[in-house]
Amino acid sequence: MTTTIDHDGPLSAGEGLVRQLDYWGTVYKRTWRGGIISSFVSPLFYVVGMGVLLGGFIEGDPARLEGATSYLAYIVPGLVATHAMTLAIGETTYPVMGGIKWHKSYHAQMATPLALRDIVNAHLAFTLVRVASACAVFMVVLSPFGVFESWWGPFLAWGTQVLVGMAFATVVYGVSARMQSEEGFGLIFRLGVIPLMLFSGAFFPIDNLGPVLAWLARLTPLWHGVDLSRMLCLDLVDWPMALLHLVVLVGVTVAGWFWAVSGLEKRMGDL
Amino acid sequence: MISARGLRKSFGDFEAVKGIDVEVRRGEAFGFLGPNGAGKSSTMRMIAAVSPVSGGELRILGMDPAVDGPAIRARLGVCPQEDTLDNELNVFDNLYIYGRYFGIDRATCRERSEELLEFAQLTEKAKARVEDLSGGMKRRLTIARSLINRPDLLLLDEPTTGLDPQARHVLWDQLFRLKHAGVTLVITTHYMDEAEQLCDRLVVMDKGLIAAEGSPRELIAQHSTREVAELRFGVGEHDGLAERILDLGQRVEVLPDRLLVYSDDGEEVLSQVHTRGLQPLATLVRRSSLEDVFLRLTGRTLVD
Repeated sequence: MTTTIDHDGPLSAGEGLVRQLDYWGTVYKRTWRGGIISSFVSPLFYVVGMGVLLGGFIEGDPARLEGATSYLAYIVPGLVATHAMTLAIGETTYPVMGGIKWHKSYHAQMATPLALRDIVNAHLAFTLVRVASACAVFMVVLSPFGVFESWWGPFLAWGTQVLVGMAFATVVYGVSARMQSEEGFGLIFRLGVIPLMLFSGAFFPIDNLGPVLAWLARLTPLWHGVDLSRMLCLDLVDWPMALLHLVVLVGVTVAGWFWAVSGLEKRMGDL
Repeated sequence: MISARGLRKSFGDFEAVKGIDVEVRRGEAFGFLGPNGAGKSSTMRMIAAVSPVSGGELRILGMDPAVDGPAIRARLGVCPQEDTLDNELNVFDNLYIYGRYFGIDRATCRERSEELLEFAQLTEKAKARVEDLSGGMKRRLTIARSLINRPDLLLLDEPTTGLDPQARHVLWDQLFRLKHAGVTLVITTHYMDEAEQLCDRLVVMDKGLIAAEGSPRELIAQHSTREVAELRFGVGEHDGLAERILDLGQRVEVLPDRLLVYSDDGEEVLSQVHTRGLQPLATLVRRSSLEDVFLRLTGRTLVD
């Protein structure tokens, strides 16, 4: 056998992803059936239950619903953005700990030319695909309900929802990589996901929270995503505000990526 | 293939490897022997280019793992101590997907996976879930997986720990075949028979340092006698009786269940023991083995 020595250094980010395509493909093949329930069926329950049925009791007053003509139109953009967040967190909590501790796929991967950064990237890319496909189906299903005011807005809103997913995916990945035991995940869901979902402007305008809590809500990335998503769906875009939302979401995602990579490097880089 | 000078590894205040020099040549089977906690696995992880070196110099295939980690790992096969097979994938996919990590194209990956299933005697299990395999099958699959990139250097961390004797012999046979095919093997083990069977050269590690180095035969010649007489007495009598036969061999070792008398003539030792009026419950004269060297170097030797 001959040894060819190439000093190529680390793989390119693209090559790193391509090499893990088959792995994540089989993960998808194995999990998509269960994924359908969480991705498509449960959000539809929300739309029907809260948007249509509960919304039937709520007067569609655009002045009180940030310009929406019905409660359904009001909550749809927020619901999809919130859904992007929950899906992303679902993909970056237990599955990350699984890679580290249970099925140990990360240990196998790091013995190959892949670097820890490539492993993080592929996991996040898979999350991106999951979130993007789930949100796209969700938006398509909602389009006949007359909740979108322009043809282009929903496309940008979809992009926003994907960005919301990635902002949470990167940050939560970093937390999961640093977490020793899965008990902390209960805390993330109960004290993180549920309050964010309820109080970040998805179901009611955050002004109803009172001034202090309303400002607190404005600090969460989810609110930025919900608000931007809603502006785009309702065709009521306040461009400077939209830019601020975009900057916040991109900023959190980028910072989150560094946090995620450093998290896995700290956890597995010096065994 | 591997060259280490003053290699160290520490985790916080704990020093797992305290400066070792190792040279592994192409085509040989090299062993790291030592009790648990001797620093074998830490050394292996540094050689596998997944654990940064804390001090000293390490070159693998002529490259520095701190700089060329991915290029080194591309040429290595790693069979870790704990199986890192993916329980959620079937047997075939464990090979195929692992091969893809090396950038091997899909057709070649499929071809090699079939070949390796054959090699590991797992062809009928191709579609089985990994969870349903026996311990021996999992080890064979792990070794097969580590060969998917046709490595120049194969690292095996305690490859047969936890296997039954049949499974161990199957594995040994496969490792022999690899060695004949020219693959350089680096093996850690605490089984002496395994080291004697497989290794051309080995080092005995203890407490993070190298206690001895050489071929199994050299080590036996250097650190032990030609023969060993084993004497078994009643429970609790061994310590006291050792004093009475100290002069019969070059060295006497007290184990919980027997005395080992190191001498070039074991039968002579036995007859002397009887002459002194001692009646062992059982006796055995055998050739020195690597286990004796190991106990001498790492065990608690009472009398020299």
